[in-house]
Amino acid sequence: MTDPLDPRPEDLKQRVWESIQRDELPPKDDRGRMRLVMNNLILHLHPSKVAKPTLKFTYTWGLGGLALLLIAILSITGIMLMFVYTPSPEFAYQDMLNLQTEVWFGQLIRNLHHWSGNLLVIVAFLHLLRVFFTGGFKTPREFNWILGVTLLLLVVGANFTGYLLPWDQLAYWAVTVGSSLLSYVPLIGEPLRNFLLGGPEVGAATLTNFYGLHVAIIPLALMGIASFHIWRVRKDTLSIPHKLDGTVDGSETNQIEKVTTLPHLVSREFVFALVMMGAILLWSVWVNAPLEAAANPDHSPNPAKAAWYFMGLQELLLHFHPVFGAIIIPALGLGALAVLPYQRFDLSAEGVWFRSAKGRRMALFGALTALIAVPLLVVLDEYALDIPGMLPGLPTLISNGWIPLAALLLLLIGYYDGIKRIFKATACETRQSLFVLLVVSFIVLTVIGVAFRGEGMALMLPWEVL
Amino acid sequence: MTENTQKQVTRRDFLKIAWGAAGALALVETGGVVLSFFSPRVVEGEFGGVIEAGTVDSFPPGSVTPFTQGRFFLVRMPDGGFVALYRKCTHLGCAVPWNPAENRFVCPCHGSAFEQDGQVINAPAPRPLDRFAVTIADGIVRVDTGTPIQRDRTSDADLIYAEVQS
Repeated sequence: MTDPLDPRPEDLKQRVWESIQRDELPPKDDRGRMRLVMNNLILHLHPSKVAKPTLKFTYTWGLGGLALLLIAILSITGIMLMFVYTPSPEFAYQDMLNLQTEVWFGQLIRNLHHWSGNLLVIVAFLHLLRVFFTGGFKTPREFNWILGVTLLLLVVGANFTGYLLPWDQLAYWAVTVGSSLLSYVPLIGEPLRNFLLGGPEVGAATLTNFYGLHVAIIPLALMGIASFHIWRVRKDTLSIPHKLDGTVDGSETNQIEKVTTLPHLVSREFVFALVMMGAILLWSVWVNAPLEAAANPDHSPNPAKAAWYFMGLQELLLHFHPVFGAIIIPALGLGALAVLPYQRFDLSAEGVWFRSAKGRRMALFGALTALIAVPLLVVLDEYALDIPGMLPGLPTLISNGWIPLAALLLLLIGYYDGIKRIFKATACETRQSLFVLLVVSFIVLTVIGVAFRGEGMALMLPWEVL
Repeated sequence: MTENTQKQVTRRDFLKIAWGAAGALALVETGGVVLSFFSPRVVEGEFGGVIEAGTVDSFPPGSVTPFTQGRFFLVRMPDGGFVALYRKCTHLGCAVPWNPAENRFVCPCHGSAFEQDGQVINAPAPRPLDRFAVTIADGIVRVDTGTPIQRDRTSDADLIYAEVQS
């Protein structure tokens, strides 16, 4: 008996299905596709229609989506690892050995977690660069940039706390060195470090603290802020990519064409996610995450290096007084990142890679300057320059801190002023060149720290390091 | 509005301030609870307590004796003075071993080097090795590993001497 006023289907199976999936599958027309995106919990992260030019892969490189995919892989493999791991110095290392030899696919799951975690640091950083170079932070997206920087810090924090958990020599001393950087913060540094470590040295309390941070506090914060971040992207939409002459790619009239999210965006995301999952899986099958001898608090390895993403900082520490290397210079860098979107911004440069043709040349110039100048300065400081030795009466805080920092800042101001004149550039293009100079400098320092520092942290060629 | 009413605190203002203050107080209290909950637990075991190192005579002048559990070196200077040095490098926290061949402490991590009494020979360490308080009573040397004592430079006042027995 069919009641004409009751739209519910007779068939129970169909009724159950429709109670779960309300919209017709597959949708027949654009209207149906838009409705499907709107009514689906996961798909509704997207708008129902997107501007066609923003779909171009070489505009976004899919980096935000890739970060999200990595977070998903990390959550799943991380939860699995929680079942075979005990956060206690007595058991942690033994659990790692068991994981690699006794647990079915234990090594693979660990590899997936390890490599995804490291890749996430890189991807989040590249995402930041992409957004900067395409001007994706301009009004009204300033605050989302800040959220993004916060997320990057959380990703590094998640990685750092996870670094300790295997409780091998690598973990123990990297965290000892990394957390000692904190103790150079004036006044509160020492208590802060003791609070984080749960005592004066890395020990059982540290492992418990880091475990709690790694599996609960940081992931919750990360997911909360990431949701906020994505929601803001959804509300603010992506900025439209422009060509150098200001026209939009594939559009005669500069009228922005919009297409339905399903299938145009969703299918692209799906393919990219599949390719990346395949790549990460293959890599994890072939390359094992490192595990060294069990942690031994009585014996530091030579050299003791921090995690690779802190090696730029550790390299700075070899050249500056610790207050400058570990605190002031990183704080200046982070401060610059935070105020960056609130600078006056050339609106015509939005959506253009590297702002303009001149912007591209100047960015390249900045990168080359850093590639040449930073190794030169490092070698000079290592072998020739000894400011504290020249000024023996001064405290090293001044001779190895204020003086070199002031010199560097003067050089940077000179650089800014010089290229602005030489290229007859706008402030926007000049700032970008300076940004490139600083970013490439940081990368070069990291590479030097990872690949060119061997025993006793002496400079040597990469094949002598290991 | 007259001058008078502008200066007056209205009921609305008062309630706003009162609510704000109560909210801030609640936040501070919650923060206090969380901070104290997570504050470092009392260090148990040997490290952190007073350690009995041994008799004065068992440490010849000029000797450096490692105490692995206590994480310090008991140094007896050539003139007979005792000082207990925390083995943690003051640069980035690595464990510093004594190198008897070179007669100095050399940090394996970043190459800092220290004299027998803890004084920095080689940067990057910014200050001498921290020391622990040493007490000598009835010919027994005791080291209190509870609080490392930081210092900007070593001094003879850091050295503890056994009472001269006649």
